[in-house]
Amino acid sequence: MLIFEKSRAGRGICTLPACDVPEVLPEKEHQREMKLHLPQMAEGDLSRHYTELAKKSHGVNDGFYPLGSCTMKYNPKINNDMAGLPGFTEIHPLQPESTVQGCLEVLKTIDVLLSEITGMDRMSMQPAAGAHGEYAGLLLIKAYHESRGDSKRTKIIIPDSAHGTNPASAVMAGYSVVTIPSGPDGCVDIEALKAVAGDDIAGLMLTNPNTVGLFDKNILQITTIVHECGGLNYYDGANLNAVMGIVRPGDMGFDVIHLNLHKTMSTPHGGGGPGSGPVGCKDFLEPFLPSLMVEGEEILSFKKAEHSIGDMKSFYGNFLVVVRALTYVMTLGKEGIPEASRNAVLNANYMMNKLKDLYTMAYDEVCMHEFVMSLEDQKKEYGISAMDIAKGLLDHGIHPPTMYFPLIVSEALMAEPTETESKETLDEAIDVFRKLYAEAKDNADTLHQAPVTTPVTRLDEVGAARNPILRYHWQE
Amino acid sequence: MKLEQGVLYSKSHEWVKEDGDCLLIGLTDYAQSELGDLVFVNLPEQGDEIALGEAFADVESVKAVSDVYAPVSGIVAEINEELLDAPEQINESPYGSWLIKVKDVSEKEELLSGEEYEAFVESEQ
Amino acid sequence: MGSYVPNTEQERQDMLHEIGYQSIDDLFVHIPAEMKVKDGLNIPSGLSELEIRKALQKMASKNKIYNTIFRGAGAYKHFIPSVVNSVISKENLMTAYTPYQAEISQGILQSIFEYQTMICELTGMDASNASIYDGAAAAAEAIAMCQERKRKKALVSAAIMPSVLETIKTYCFGNEMELVIVPEKDGVTDAAALRSALDDSTACVYIQHPNYFGNLEDAAAIGELAHEAKAKFIMGVNPISLGVLKTPREYGADVAVGDGQPLGLPLAFGGPYLGFMTCVSGMTRKLPGRIVGETKDANGKTGYVLTLQAREQHIRREKASSNVCSNQALCALAVGTYLAAMGKEGVKNAAVQCTSKAHYMAAQLAESGLATVNKGSFFHEFITVSDKPSEKILEALDGHGILGGYPLDEKRILWCCTEVNSKAEIDEVVRIVKEV
Repeated sequence: MLIFEKSRAGRGICTLPACDVPEVLPEKEHQREMKLHLPQMAEGDLSRHYTELAKKSHGVNDGFYPLGSCTMKYNPKINNDMAGLPGFTEIHPLQPESTVQGCLEVLKTIDVLLSEITGMDRMSMQPAAGAHGEYAGLLLIKAYHESRGDSKRTKIIIPDSAHGTNPASAVMAGYSVVTIPSGPDGCVDIEALKAVAGDDIAGLMLTNPNTVGLFDKNILQITTIVHECGGLNYYDGANLNAVMGIVRPGDMGFDVIHLNLHKTMSTPHGGGGPGSGPVGCKDFLEPFLPSLMVEGEEILSFKKAEHSIGDMKSFYGNFLVVVRALTYVMTLGKEGIPEASRNAVLNANYMMNKLKDLYTMAYDEVCMHEFVMSLEDQKKEYGISAMDIAKGLLDHGIHPPTMYFPLIVSEALMAEPTETESKETLDEAIDVFRKLYAEAKDNADTLHQAPVTTPVTRLDEVGAARNPILRYHWQE
Repeated sequence: MKLEQGVLYSKSHEWVKEDGDCLLIGLTDYAQSELGDLVFVNLPEQGDEIALGEAFADVESVKAVSDVYAPVSGIVAEINEELLDAPEQINESPYGSWLIKVKDVSEKEELLSGEEYEAFVESEQ
Repeated sequence: MGSYVPNTEQERQDMLHEIGYQSIDDLFVHIPAEMKVKDGLNIPSGLSELEIRKALQKMASKNKIYNTIFRGAGAYKHFIPSVVNSVISKENLMTAYTPYQAEISQGILQSIFEYQTMICELTGMDASNASIYDGAAAAAEAIAMCQERKRKKALVSAAIMPSVLETIKTYCFGNEMELVIVPEKDGVTDAAALRSALDDSTACVYIQHPNYFGNLEDAAAIGELAHEAKAKFIMGVNPISLGVLKTPREYGADVAVGDGQPLGLPLAFGGPYLGFMTCVSGMTRKLPGRIVGETKDANGKTGYVLTLQAREQHIRREKASSNVCSNQALCALAVGTYLAAMGKEGVKNAAVQCTSKAHYMAAQLAESGLATVNKGSFFHEFITVSDKPSEKILEALDGHGILGGYPLDEKRILWCCTEVNSKAEIDEVVRIVKEV
C-alpha cells in the first residue's frame, strides 16, 4: 500500500513550535492556490511503513550480490559513523575557510591518496557519480584541445564493449563517437584502432580490465597509438577493483580518469545513489579541473584552477560519500588496497572455474575481478535464457549477476563476487547456480515463471512503458 | 511471417505502398515480431527531408531502441499520429500502421516483391 | 589494517589449489611486469578501526560547528525530523543496488514512486524523475532537455545562484548550446532585456524563484514572454517555499527544478544534496535519468518498475539525450520521509515561519543600521547594506558562535532565516550587530 493510502486527515507529528514572530505571508499574487497533498500520519505508522519497504529490499548487507561491473563489496559500518560526525554533517559549505580546515583536509587527503593509487597527479571530488565524472573528464579533454587551438578533433573512439555512459557522455561533451569492434578475444582490435586514429580524434575512452573482465595486455600499444595521433586517453575507473595497488591507469598511458567511489571504495549504493565519481588527471590537465581545489600545507584554502571548465554542480562534491571513501582507503592503506584487488580476482576465478563445466564462459581464460557467462547455447538447446537464470536466482535469495551486458556477448550474465565474500558463501552460490542449471535442463517451464517467492512476480514492463503511471493521484 | 498484397519490401524490413502521388512507409510483420512489444515511436516532423538509407525514425521496446531506415528520399507529407499514443498497433497490424507518408520522392532503393523479401529473410537466418 | 577479506591465507591457498593455481600472482599474468607497481603504493599503511576513528574525529574537530546559522546562499539549515535518519539508516535500503531487478526491489521502487508523487504535488507538475545530483545539475539538464533541432539558445537570468550559472555554462561548453545571460535590474530579471533577447532560436528561459538575492520574480509575466516566443519556461525553485508560494505550474512553467537539500538533508559541507526535475506531461519523455512507474505483475498485483528506460544511456548509448546513470536514491528517500513526516501542515508551517522570521529580522536589522536592499517581496533570504564592514559584523557574530549571512561584498550581506531560528536568536544577532 502506498503511504498516501495510509494517510488520515488530522494526523501528524509535532515537529515545530508555533511561530514566535508576527506571521507574514507573501503578497496575494504570489501565494500558492493549488492544493497541496502530503501524507498526514503519526510517527509510529510512518516508521512502520518504511520498515515494510525495507523488508521488500535487498542489499549487499542481506546476501551475496555478484553484479558484474557494480562491485557490490561490503559497506563497512565505520564509514557511516565517520560520515555521521556532526563535525562533518553540520558544516555549511560557505563557512569561512578558517572554520573548515577539517573538511579541506578530507578533500586534500583523499586527493593525494587516490592520485597515488591511480597514478594521476590531481583529482577533483566534485562529480557526483561515475557518468558525471566521465563527463567532466571529457570536458577536460575538450578544454585542453581548444587551448591548443586544435578545433578539428571532433571524435572520441569507444569500443563496442563499453558501458552505455561512455558514448552518452561523449555526445554530451559535443563529440561524435567512433565505435571500434572488439576482437574475438574481447580486447581492443589494434588494426581497427589504427584505422581510425587520425588528427580528428580527441581521445579514446577505455576501461582496463575491460567490460568482459579481461586485462588487455596490449594496453601500452593502444594508448601509444592514440597519443601518437594527438589524442588523449580516458580511463573508465569502474573496474579498478581488479587492479588497484597492482597496476595504475597513470602507468598504462592514461591521461584522465574517473573513479566510482560507490563501487571500488565501498561507499553504499543507496538503492541507486548517491555515488561519487571523482575525476583525475595528469599535471598538464590540472589547469582545467572543475570546482575549487585545495591548496596549502599547514593552512588549507580553496583555489580555482586557472582555466577551469567551471562547475559540474554546486559546491565540492558528495562530501559525506567522500568521507566514507577516505575512511575506507585509510583503513586499507598500502597493504590492504592490493589485498582487496588480489582477492577480488581470486574469488572471480574460483567461481568461474567451478561453473565452467556447465555454464559456457564467454572467454575461456583467466579472468580478472569478473567473468561473463553466455546462455546462448542453453537458449537454443533448452529454451532457457539469461533472464530465466537470473529470475530463478531470485527465488534462492541471491541477487542475479548483471544481465545482457556487455552487448558484445549474447545472453550475457556477468558475475563479480568481490573480495569481501567468504569461501563458503561462494560455494553456496555455486551450488545454487549448478542446481538452477539442472532445473533448466529438466524443466525449463518452471524457470520461465520465476521468480515465485518474491513479493511480486514478473512485472508487466510493456504496460508500464506504454501507459506510464508515474505518480499517485488523490481522489478529489 | 505475414506478407501483404500491393506493397513492396526493403532489405531493412520496411514496406512501401503507393498512395496517390505519395508513398506510405511502415514496418513489416517480420520486423515487428523481431522487435517485440513496441512501447513508443519517435517520428520525424511534417516537412522534414528524409534521405535514402538514413534513419528517419526509431521504435522503442522496453529494452531496446531500433532505427527505421528510409527506403526512399523525399519530404515527409504526413505522420501517423495515432501511433504516438498506440504504438502497439504496429505489432497488431503492421501493414495497417503506416509510419509516414512521403511526397516528392526522388530516390528509391531496389525494392523487393513479397517472394523476394521472404527469400531474403530466410537467407539471413 | 583491514580489507574486509574474510578468507584466511589457508583458505586462499585451498581455493587456488582447487582451481589449479599455485599463487594469486598467477592470475595476474596478463599484466606486463614493467607496468606493475613496484615496492607497493606510496601511501601510509592501513589502520585499525580505533586509529581510524581517532584520525577522522580529529579532522572533524578542526571544523567549527555553529549553533546558530543565518546563512543560506544555496545550502539551508532546516529542521530534520528524527524519523528521517532512522529510515535512511536501514541497511536493506542503504546497501541495495539500483532496482533493475524489480521483483526484489519493490521497497526502493515504491519509495521512489512516493518521492516522485510528493515532488509533483509540491511543484504542481505532472511528472518527476527519480532525482539527479543537485539543483545546479538539474538546471543544466533541464536546459539541455528543452533543445530542439532549430532551437539551441538558452536565456538564463543573471539573478540566479552563481554556482548554478557556472554549471550551466560548463554544460553548454559541452553540448554547445548558445548561452545568453539576461541581466538583472533592481534585483530581479530585466523583463525588457529578456523580451529583446527572445527569438525563434530560443529553446528556453531559465529563472530562479526566489532568486539569488532573495527576491520574488515576476514569473508569470516572464513565462508569458517565453511562451509567446514558443520557448520553454524553466523555473528553479526552493521546495520549502512551495508550502506557501505559488507553484511553478501556476506560473506556467514547463519544467520545474531545484535542490531538495532543504527537505531533510543536512548541510554536510555541500553534499550529497538532490536535484529534482519535474515537468508537464508533454515533456515527460524528455526527462533524463531514472523514472519509476506503476504496473501489475503476472498475478494482477500492483508493483513498481523502472520505466521509459529506452530514453536512457544503457539503451540509447550515443543517442541518449543525457548520460545520467546514478540518481541520488538514498537522498530521495530522505526527502520523501521528510515530506511525509512534516506532512502538508508541517511544510506550510515551515514555509510561513521562514517568511515571517526573515521579514522580522530584516525589519530589526534595518533599525540597527543594516538597511534592507530588497525592493520587492522576498521569501526567506534578503540583502542588507551598511557602512559597517561586512567582515566586522560577521566576526562579531562568529565570536558568539553565530554564522551570519553570506558576505556579497564589504557592504552587503545575504541573510537567511528559517523555521529553525527563534526570535531570541534573531534578537541576539540584532543586539550584537548594534555594537559593531
